[in-house]
Amino acid sequence: MALNQQETAGQDAGGMMPSGPAYHERVVARQRRGRAWAVIFQAAMLAGIIALCALLLNILNQSFGYIAIVNNIDPAELAVDGVPLDRLPKDNLVEILEANVSAGLMRRYEHDMPFAERSRENVHELILERVVEPQVQATWGLFDSLFVRGSVFAEAEERYPGSDVYFRSWLTTSFISKSQSSEPLRAGVRTAIFGSLWVVAITVLFSFPIGVGAAIYLEEYAHKERVLNRLIQTNINNLAGVPSIIYGMLGLAIFVRILEVFTSGAFLGVGDQSTANGRTIISAGLTLGLLILPLIIINGQEAIRAVPSSLRQAGFGLGATHWQVIWHHVLPSAMPGILTGTILAVSRAIGETAPLVVVGASTFIALDPSGPFSKFTVLPIQIYQWTSRPQDEFRNLAAAAILVLLILLLSLNASAVLLRNHFDRGQASA
Amino acid sequence: MDLRRKPRVGESIIQGFLFLCGAISVLTTLGIVYILGRESVLFFASEEVNLLKFFGGTEWQPAIGRFGIWPLVTATLMASLIAMTVALPIGLCVAIYLSEYAPDRTRSILKPVLEILAGIPTVVYGYFALTFMTPLLRGILGRDVVEIYNTASAGIVIGILVIPLVSSMSEDALRAVPGTLRQASYGLGATRLETAVRIVLPAALSGVAAAFIVAISRAIGETMIVAIAAGAGPNFTFSPFRAAETMTGHIVRISGGDLSYDSIDYNSIFAIGLLLFLLTLSLNVLSQWIVRRFREEYE
Amino acid sequence: MTVAIDRPSRVQVENGSSSPNGSGRYAIEAEKMHVYYGEFCAVRDVDMKVPTNKITAIIGPSGCGKSTVLRCFNRMNDLISSARIEGVVLFQGQNIYDEDVDPVEVRRRIGMVFQKPNPFPKTIYENVAWGTRINGFRGDMDEMVERALRSAALWEEVKDKLQQNALGLSGGQQQRLCIARAIAVEPEIILMDEPASALDPIATLRIEDLMKEISEKYTIIVVTHNMQQAARISDYTAFFSVDDRRTGNLIEFDDTEKIFTNPSQKRTEDYITGRFG
Repeated sequence: MALNQQETAGQDAGGMMPSGPAYHERVVARQRRGRAWAVIFQAAMLAGIIALCALLLNILNQSFGYIAIVNNIDPAELAVDGVPLDRLPKDNLVEILEANVSAGLMRRYEHDMPFAERSRENVHELILERVVEPQVQATWGLFDSLFVRGSVFAEAEERYPGSDVYFRSWLTTSFISKSQSSEPLRAGVRTAIFGSLWVVAITVLFSFPIGVGAAIYLEEYAHKERVLNRLIQTNINNLAGVPSIIYGMLGLAIFVRILEVFTSGAFLGVGDQSTANGRTIISAGLTLGLLILPLIIINGQEAIRAVPSSLRQAGFGLGATHWQVIWHHVLPSAMPGILTGTILAVSRAIGETAPLVVVGASTFIALDPSGPFSKFTVLPIQIYQWTSRPQDEFRNLAAAAILVLLILLLSLNASAVLLRNHFDRGQASA
Repeated sequence: MDLRRKPRVGESIIQGFLFLCGAISVLTTLGIVYILGRESVLFFASEEVNLLKFFGGTEWQPAIGRFGIWPLVTATLMASLIAMTVALPIGLCVAIYLSEYAPDRTRSILKPVLEILAGIPTVVYGYFALTFMTPLLRGILGRDVVEIYNTASAGIVIGILVIPLVSSMSEDALRAVPGTLRQASYGLGATRLETAVRIVLPAALSGVAAAFIVAISRAIGETMIVAIAAGAGPNFTFSPFRAAETMTGHIVRISGGDLSYDSIDYNSIFAIGLLLFLLTLSLNVLSQWIVRRFREEYE
Repeated sequence: MTVAIDRPSRVQVENGSSSPNGSGRYAIEAEKMHVYYGEFCAVRDVDMKVPTNKITAIIGPSGCGKSTVLRCFNRMNDLISSARIEGVVLFQGQNIYDEDVDPVEVRRRIGMVFQKPNPFPKTIYENVAWGTRINGFRGDMDEMVERALRSAALWEEVKDKLQQNALGLSGGQQQRLCIARAIAVEPEIILMDEPASALDPIATLRIEDLMKEISEKYTIIVVTHNMQQAARISDYTAFFSVDDRRTGNLIEFDDTEKIFTNPSQKRTEDYITGRFG
């Protein structure tokens, strides 16, 4: 309904503005256009949410579902006196193993760990690995498995006759506790998790003190007008935008190659002598350290800047030196902010893949890393390698490893949020 | 009483150490420039290649001594272009929605969603591109049109990856526009759309442009998505549905194998890296310059 | 059509004149208007009939809701999500808070000038032209811009730099540009929220002169914290005060002359003579 239009003195003689119903109709049309665009803006937001959901659901879909397997020997055939394989006592299991594998392999097992000391579960597992030898024929996604179960079974029946079809969660406790294997059913991410933790530990040890130190220097000591300090500041801002793969190349040239004597551990006489080169955990950690250094510095500067200057003046007023003021007053109140930013930077480091490929993550490691001079692999590298394999079952492994990585990142971020809330509350009550 | 200045050795040492911490960042840059520059010089000094062949050739086959950068560059640009056609409109619309339309409560729920999207590792996006986006494209357009590895699906997923970057930087710029301008606009009888698009957006244009440029730089430097989904093998093509290798993808593939130092392969990835570094650096510098140069002073 | 106003000694008539017939006499009529921000009642029970083509000043101590009341007259409070208005605000006999009234239409007919000069970061020309363009102006834009700038007594100063950024003007010039911008869309009422408070005395004087000039064509409602200014320029004055619950209310509304010489309420007198506020 249009507002009444009246001839008033306010209307200029030369008024060319539309008025009355004409104007009202215009406004209605403009508002209609406005609503249409509001829908578009909301749709864009919705598109972002849908993308996130699609990404997460896709990973869930690949992490669980039916698989069809064919066994080399049916476990039912291994039953002794009608007792099924998984309920047999250890002695029977050892006998079965002895009957089915070569004597040389048995000697090696005995050498690794005498059968007398092995647990029943361990022997059972050896039988599954060496005697039953299950082979994955096909895998299905979670949603197919849930909603079109019938056709999954029909397809398995038709294309993989004689195969066992059962529901498998690719993410299991044994997936986390087992190390790398070329057999998808027995592969795990244990070495990759340890590798990630080692690398990140080195990264933090390197970049946290240096990053906070640089932030203190730039905020507390540096004269902003001096060219050198401005150069450092501009430089840090630019470093934050350098593609991560460039850092990988820097790490390859400096840490892996030029500093090989140190990063391979040769100068200490430790490290893996057989493959002694610089492609080690410490090279990876330092590379990622350089990568997240700008993030830690920028974030640290913000945290330090947020400390009220009255606090500094109070310190100086009591005759403290500059460093005493920083150490006793500025740093403690900036620390929550610094830590929150560091955690976020660390979660960036944990997810980085490209620089570590360049630095030279190993493609296959079955042994846990033993120190900073070990060869390494990390979770994202493991995901990358499994993803690059053409077989479906490795995609499922990759999805399960992604879940592990995301859970790790989520708990890190959650701890950052909790930390922030904790200190916010503390500050509010203080 | 003695008020004379006493030398404080400890303080000086600490300050010196802190300065060194700051200087490490400069050393990092110098290191990058030195390493990339040195290896590139070695690369161009070899008999098989010169600058003309590098920038003029359309074939990259290190095995037979062909080092034309164009196949890698076109693939990079194509993936980035596709990424930008996804990320810029959606990111900008999201920014306008969050800054000008969404109620505070909705905003506080939606912002973390975008932060989650930004915090997911790129290798996961690569997985998403290969196992979701590619089958989707092949389902829609046909399996004979879209190859298993293609720049389109990598580009679209890079676009999704940089949406949070575009939207959060643009939103910051939009929110920095003073509320008095919005009120002035409403006071003249403007609708919400007219206020948002014709007053607030132009006033925030420098910040939005900077966001766009940073996003382009990010897309060019993105590695894992293209390494997984775009294809392995340089291919001089302009079809987004065919496999092609980008600069970053090539570096990852070559260095992922056992690379012997001082081979021409080894040197060649540094030459590509130098080009990549210069490209992204100039985009980042450009974006900072735009922000500084065109910032509106309202007060 | 010009409506001759026989100045009523007491404008706040209790009843009977809210019929559309009387609307020519009053530009805005607020009836039992309450404003809330969430639970908090910011202004209560305002009855106020603002005469057409006059300058009406709203004065009162800070926090009494002067600006809030002003913003109710063109629905600018809609932009604050927690704000809620009860009662009736009649503009030409129609309640602007009716369901089917579009605030966009209201604001085009009831313009506003703000406390701080807030030109758009565009050219001077574009600042004036923009509002008319979105509202569908058909005509000679150059001529319209010149006319609006002349009405705002700014033309002579800016005619040679119309394509320069408006942010380069001085504060006083910026504020006159904002007035020109408001005039350009041909409103019937112009609301001014302390339009001179951010300006120096000379610029203030120019704005005051300008207000007097344009009041021949427009109804002006001006919020001011400066009592001398209200006395100098306004025909009518509304005095708002604030009670112990921090809720603003209208104490007295009358001829400016009467308010400043012989107010009927003791609280008005106290405020005018400086014994309070």
